[in-house]
Amino acid sequence: MLNSEQIEVKLDRILLKVQKPGRYVGGELNSTIKDWDKANIRVALIFPDVYDIGVSNVGLKILYDQINQREDALAERAYAPWMDMEALMREHGIPLYGLESKHPLACFDLIGFSLPYETLYTNTLNILDLAGVPVRSVDRDETHPIIIAGGHSATNPEPMHAFIDAFVIGEGEEVIHDILNTIQKIKREHSKANTNQTSLPFSRIALLLDLAQIPGVYVPRFYETTYLEDGTVAHTQPIHPKVPKIIKKRIVAKLLPPPIKFIVPNIEVVHNRASVEIMRGCTRGCRFCQAGMITRPVRERGVQEIVDAADAAIRSTGFEELALMSLSSSDYTHVAELVNAISKRFEGRKLTIALPSLRIETVSIDLMDKLKEHRSGGFTLAPEAASERMRRIINKFIPDEDIINTTRDIYSRGWTTIKLYFMIGHPSETLEDVQAIVDLSRRVLEEGRKVAGWKVKLNVGVSTFVPKPQTPFQWVACDTRENILEKQAMLKRQLLKDKNIKLSWTKPEDTLLEAWLTRGDRRMAEVIYSAWKNGARFDAWGDETIKQDAWLPAFEEHKLDPAFYTHRQRRADEVFPWEHITAAVRKSFLFQDFRQSLEGQIRVDCRLNCYACGILPTFANLRRENPGDGWKCPDVKSPFKVHNEKLLVVDDQALNE
Amino acid sequence: MRTRITFSKQGALRYTGHLDLHRLWERAMRRADLPLSYSQGFHPQPKISLASALPLGFSSQCEVLDVRFNEDIPTGVIASRLKDSLPPDIQIASVKIVDEREPALQTQILSAAYDIQLTEPVDGAELRKKADALMASESLPRERRGKFYNLRPLIETLTMVMGSNGAISLQMKLAAREGATGRPEEVLNALGIEPEYTRVERTQLIF
Repeated sequence: MLNSEQIEVKLDRILLKVQKPGRYVGGELNSTIKDWDKANIRVALIFPDVYDIGVSNVGLKILYDQINQREDALAERAYAPWMDMEALMREHGIPLYGLESKHPLACFDLIGFSLPYETLYTNTLNILDLAGVPVRSVDRDETHPIIIAGGHSATNPEPMHAFIDAFVIGEGEEVIHDILNTIQKIKREHSKANTNQTSLPFSRIALLLDLAQIPGVYVPRFYETTYLEDGTVAHTQPIHPKVPKIIKKRIVAKLLPPPIKFIVPNIEVVHNRASVEIMRGCTRGCRFCQAGMITRPVRERGVQEIVDAADAAIRSTGFEELALMSLSSSDYTHVAELVNAISKRFEGRKLTIALPSLRIETVSIDLMDKLKEHRSGGFTLAPEAASERMRRIINKFIPDEDIINTTRDIYSRGWTTIKLYFMIGHPSETLEDVQAIVDLSRRVLEEGRKVAGWKVKLNVGVSTFVPKPQTPFQWVACDTRENILEKQAMLKRQLLKDKNIKLSWTKPEDTLLEAWLTRGDRRMAEVIYSAWKNGARFDAWGDETIKQDAWLPAFEEHKLDPAFYTHRQRRADEVFPWEHITAAVRKSFLFQDFRQSLEGQIRVDCRLNCYACGILPTFANLRRENPGDGWKCPDVKSPFKVHNEKLLVVDDQALNE
Repeated sequence: MRTRITFSKQGALRYTGHLDLHRLWERAMRRADLPLSYSQGFHPQPKISLASALPLGFSSQCEVLDVRFNEDIPTGVIASRLKDSLPPDIQIASVKIVDEREPALQTQILSAAYDIQLTEPVDGAELRKKADALMASESLPRERRGKFYNLRPLIETLTMVMGSNGAISLQMKLAAREGATGRPEEVLNALGIEPEYTRVERTQLIF
């Protein structure tokens, strides 16, 4: 295998032939370069998309800092090389390498992938291949790195079970240390046992078995799935006595101090900004939103901590933009106080401050007003649905009048562009519901013109609903390609007439691909493998011909019907492929919420009224051991007893009502 | 206060282009908490100007920029604050105060010197012959991006250096005036050397 000097020499020969060679050389401010020989455990953290997107990922930055703060370990980074670079690397025999030291990835002990979305799966296989690591977990031996992955798509890890040795379910900040300590312990024991031959490798299976016993770690090879005759899952069960039957997600009791020393790229990337997470989790319970379901419970940071971290981050990066991140900024308890403190601290510093995910109400405009010294950007709101019926179904109920009043107010206060996000494709949706999107958009613009004249503009973004695992909609089907196209044609026909309206939408091919991958079972692994072999990569990017030519033949090759995964309503008693993985929100709660959606029942903010989703009892002890203001679920009643909640008796008929 | 900073650009930063370098300096000044002057108008821009764009892939010992600050700060303070705020592949060589009335930085540069290491073995005698012939020629018509031009007057000097270990390098001084800029890779090309088998470093900008 090439060493780091040889890789650097070879890189110099090819880098001027690729677009943006700065993606492949590292050397950024705030990257951490540790002594390779002094670190006992070496970790490569990978965001399997192009550098321009991956470099600003906050999740990996947290892990990078956590690992590099340890004396015994180092962490480096790698991203997916763009197709031009991949071709040259293969031609010149250059393996993928860590950006900091240029050591080949295969020399690391542990490779960790962040998988926030499913369209990164083929890139993950490609990266393993470019690293010279066997793509399939079973083909790896003691000389290969351990491959782990985490992120929201690990909510259903099964489609990737054949390629990843161990998944982290839930939050990674603490579990990464458990994993490193386990590797460290095995290495130590091993070197004691082989004092003469310290380089003799330890048993990979023994290590994986130890990892499988860390709470929140799922090692797929110790489980087996059986199927019913109709192709659905019968059950997924442990095949080793030491591993847990159900893998429950990990959370941290208190959010760690936010990262400050963000990597400052030396080339232009997508997000040139420092981000501070102000709150994790969401209490709104929008039924389509996987993030809202799987990141519970809500934990907030204090105002002072946020403002100080933001200041330190801007000072250490020099970025021109600061983003205050959460799933629902308006719900942050001290949002007004935070905005005042931030605008005071950064006054006159020529900084753009983003506060995304605001509720549709006048208060949000007051908040944005305080943050904008220069009002050049647009104002983004996400009503998601435009008819009262759909709003009830998805549990995001915002009356038309609130939307009109808020948008009118936004235009009148000087913003010229508003972005509205909608979603189509829920199985209960009719063409009238889609028409409502057109009507509402037109009304927003008309009302805006009344107060701000003809300069007002509206961007309408219409995505297509994908029923995600571990949400109340995990039982429903995805809309068909024909329906989606019809609905999109209807929107285009009417909205594009007005030159002040911009419309964007998701191609049905992209939606269906996401749906296959997010809802897949273990058999999907072979489809992913074949699609990658057929040339699929960068599936999150737009090339539809590559996608069609790669994915459909892959389904055919393995005799699987794509529609089985996408267009099938699940039986009420169906065992999901992800049944043995839990984000701590109970299936019975999700099903009850699904039933309520069919009845058009709304559940408002669960800070006000706990609906017993299962989070409280699951993390009751953790919370008791770590009390504090940050927890935003209702108080834990003490002494605590486990509720004997009656399981809902459900049948197919109930689902069809 | 108008200040001129001379700096080196090495390592990974060889792959950072002119516009990105401008952005990099803006951020470094902000990190160093230096009082940047901004232009007037709807989109105020910091008053930083970089001389003579360095082609991607080249390193340099001598890049130059002019920057204007709102307040007077001792040059030593500027240098020490920037030192801690710059990525490792930029080192500051000097910080000097410049008269505000001087013409724009770019218009003051006359020529640039380059040092080119050949990373693959070549026949030294052959190369020397080619270099001599090139310098003796009256005119070197070349085409770049569809435009014809004469390269010869843009080459001020060209010498071949044989290192003690047999390694060969070329040293050249090329015109770097506005509208009349000689490019090292064009000279290499005229000598029949593939630029990918070289390592180019700019060693001096001549005012």
